[in-house]
Amino acid sequence: MIKTLKTTGLIAALMLGTASVGSAETLRLLTWGSYAPEELIQKFEERYPDIEVEVTFSNNEEMIAKLRATGGAGFDLAQPSHDRIYSAQMEYDIYKPMDLSKINTEAMSESLLNGVKANTTIDGEVYAVPHQWGTSGLMKNKALAPDVNGWDDLCDPAYQGKTSMRLKRTILLGTAFAMGKDPFAAYSDLDEYQKILDEVAEKLIECKSNIKAYWKGGDDLSAMMLSGEIVASETWDSTAYKLFAQNPDIVFVPPETGALAWIDTFALPRKGKADDAAYKWINFVLEPENVTIMSNSTGAIASVKGAKDLLPEDKKAAVNAAFTDADIDNLKFFANIPPGVEDMEGKTLEKIKAATGSE
Amino acid sequence: MQSDIKRLSLILLFAPFALWLLLLIILPHIGIVALSLREKVAPRVYEFGFGNYIDFIQEPIYWNTLLRTGSMSILVTILALLIGFPIAYYIAKIAGKRSRGALFLLCLIPLWVSDLIRAFGWILLLRETGVVSSFLQDIGLISQPIEFLYNDITVIIGLVYTVILFMIVPLVSTLDGMGDDMIEAGYNLGGSGFTVLRKIILPYAMPGIVSGCIVVFMMTAGSYLTPILLGGKNSSWFTEQIYDQFITRFNWESGAAFGFLLLAFTSLVVWLGLKLTGQTLANTVAKS
Repeated sequence: MIKTLKTTGLIAALMLGTASVGSAETLRLLTWGSYAPEELIQKFEERYPDIEVEVTFSNNEEMIAKLRATGGAGFDLAQPSHDRIYSAQMEYDIYKPMDLSKINTEAMSESLLNGVKANTTIDGEVYAVPHQWGTSGLMKNKALAPDVNGWDDLCDPAYQGKTSMRLKRTILLGTAFAMGKDPFAAYSDLDEYQKILDEVAEKLIECKSNIKAYWKGGDDLSAMMLSGEIVASETWDSTAYKLFAQNPDIVFVPPETGALAWIDTFALPRKGKADDAAYKWINFVLEPENVTIMSNSTGAIASVKGAKDLLPEDKKAAVNAAFTDADIDNLKFFANIPPGVEDMEGKTLEKIKAATGSE
Repeated sequence: MQSDIKRLSLILLFAPFALWLLLLIILPHIGIVALSLREKVAPRVYEFGFGNYIDFIQEPIYWNTLLRTGSMSILVTILALLIGFPIAYYIAKIAGKRSRGALFLLCLIPLWVSDLIRAFGWILLLRETGVVSSFLQDIGLISQPIEFLYNDITVIIGLVYTVILFMIVPLVSTLDGMGDDMIEAGYNLGGSGFTVLRKIILPYAMPGIVSGCIVVFMMTAGSYLTPILLGGKNSSWFTEQIYDQFITRFNWESGAAFGFLLLAFTSLVVWLGLKLTGQTLANTVAKS
């Protein structure tokens, strides 16, 4: 009896082993927290029963670190932002070129597709296509902080101890714009950019006493905002839209100088093993009804034609409450990060974090 | 023949430990040191050099953070010892046989949830709109909500809470071995409570104290979640610096250098601590 049990166990183990190696293909997706809703994965696996989707949640920096550690192995499809393709590829060689003929580019918004192509073309090969886009800007509680309209209003003494920001590059760039500079234009002249960064650092160190705490992720930001502990903050628009659903006084504010826009992309890791499945996933999420499911989960807008109409109703209301057409025209798309800039920005952020003078 | 078998069994018994030491501790550290001695000169081009260590010395922010982390970790260790010792003494010497197990279990319970959950627990308690602040308002002690979160004191409370068990366990096991007759003898010879503590209990407990302090200090200096989540806008922790170098600045070389420096620094502090208290590893940790 015991012997038979053992044999069956052995056979079962063998079958399991071969099953995962043989027939079924696995699509290993490296993406953002809400970019692979369970509903879509199930639908995808029903349509392609021989593909199994495995999801790893991450963020821009960790995606690149993970791919760098393996030289681009371990995942079949990654979703870094459009400004994280070019320099990462130049430095670490972690992506492979995409075959656009396998993607339904017809469905994509032309301006976004061309923008991403322009940012991610190396030696004539395109390394990424757009997926979702959104902005970074400000969020305010209309009732408690009516006058927050620009990045520098976070430092307004009227809101002493009641504002927050994330100590990352977004706030450096936003503050630079608020000071009337164009940091993206200065990327071509790094000495000039260093000067801008020094001024920004001075401003943000001065501002430190006005800040309650630096938020670290969407969750602690949401908790501080909903509880009223802070009344305005730097934010991702999707976080603000989610809070709008719970408290209509909390709105996203595109700063006067323009919200900073990012596009999350699809890119193929260099040693990915399931390119066909990856293309199938890309085309699958471009289908209109799937766009709505995706946007409902991400809170961001898809890079497809007519995307705003495909938003779920509550998100549509939040976007309309936040953006006018003029705001859309005023968007500042993140420019490609040239080599060296990450280090300069990192040093500036360290300086701000370490400064205690203003306490 | 007999000795061959003996030797073989010795090798077999020793092999897992040796492999663990070699593959999981020695090799990765060699890798880190090698990585830390690379300097980036251009994309995909690296050179041998000490640039990452020189950067560390030249930038006050870095070594200030390291010193800060070190001194706060020492404070946490001392607090953990001061709070942990009476608890351990009570469990080992005063509590009855039956309640001893239960008390020990109570100390263990917080470890059943992860660091992250424990940190969130503190956040819920201490935030401006949190449990403590609202309670104090309800009973009329304060009129305005108070923010207890986001400062160094919170970080220290959180860390002491996280590591105190690692102080209590070795202390209980050492104190357990001490016969009650020794303490009684001390009193019989006319010693006051303080003298007994100083001359009898503390020397006996020294192996437990030293190993507890080493474990607690190392854990604190190397912790990441608690200082990050509970710390405020001015609280820098050295592990955060390492994370930033690796992840947000893509600078693995200097991250590796920082990691190695943290190891060297904490080892130095432990060595200094042993020297200053006149202890050696052989007659403390090896005994406990």
